Amino acid sequence: MAISFDKALGLHDDAMLLRARRAEVLSNNIANADTPNFKARDLDFKAVLEGQLEMTQKPLELARTDASHAFGVAEPQYSSELMYRIPHQAAVDGNTVEVQEEMARYTKNAMDYQASFGFLDRKFKGLNTAIKGE
Amino acid sequence: MSLSNVFNIAGSGMSAQTLRLNTTASNMANAQSVSSSIDETYRARKPVFSLRPPSVEQVKDNVDGLQPGQGVDVLGIVESDAELNMEYNPSHPMADEKGYVYYPNVNVVEEMADMISASRSFQINAEMMDTAKQLLQRTLSLGQ
Repeated sequence: MAISFDKALGLHDDAMLLRARRAEVLSNNIANADTPNFKARDLDFKAVLEGQLEMTQKPLELARTDASHAFGVAEPQYSSELMYRIPHQAAVDGNTVEVQEEMARYTKNAMDYQASFGFLDRKFKGLNTAIKGE
Repeated sequence: MSLSNVFNIAGSGMSAQTLRLNTTASNMANAQSVSSSIDETYRARKPVFSLRPPSVEQVKDNVDGLQPGQGVDVLGIVESDAELNMEYNPSHPMADEKGYVYYPNVNVVEEMADMISASRSFQINAEMMDTAKQLLQRTLSLGQ
């Protein structure tokens, strides 16, 4: 019997990767707080995660009409798009970054990352205990 | 790895803000540099920021289709074309034949505001880098 890490870890490893991607997007927003015409972006965590889960449960396979065709899974493109944020106050230079809000989101995202890390860590500890049988 | 990209992004932001602080310092230091002709007079310098797009390798790596920008680029430094301050002062040793001296178009109040904004932005970038460092350090301790 093979151990499936994918099944054992649940969605926590996907969630952690997604948090890391979001940290990149949010940090880019903050770094560009003084760039004219820059539009703040963000990703919809729930939509992307749902897309990922759908992919693991019932992957949408690409049609193979010939034996030489490679096996492929279609990406749920609709969910993995970066959205543009609507600012509360528009700036004269066309920049839509609101630094305080972005920093709050970045910090919350970091906390969520740590939470996902905690879950994943405990999953591994559980596996470890099961292997040792103590 | 996305979290290590945060280092590059915050780093680019910090270097861009340092450059902005540098131009501000140069402008402030030269705010009173008189000259006897329009062409030789110091003009306020401003950096031009722009978004740094992801590199070709990063676009290939991001199979999920998300292509976040990768920080700030400084396209260059431009000189302000605001009008210079002329002053009629024939007794000035730098006065031209008509008796005028020219002062730079540096607005000291504007420069001070720019300086504060640059230092705050630098600070927030440094904070962001610190958070990313903590997250990466924790991730390295996974399973221990």
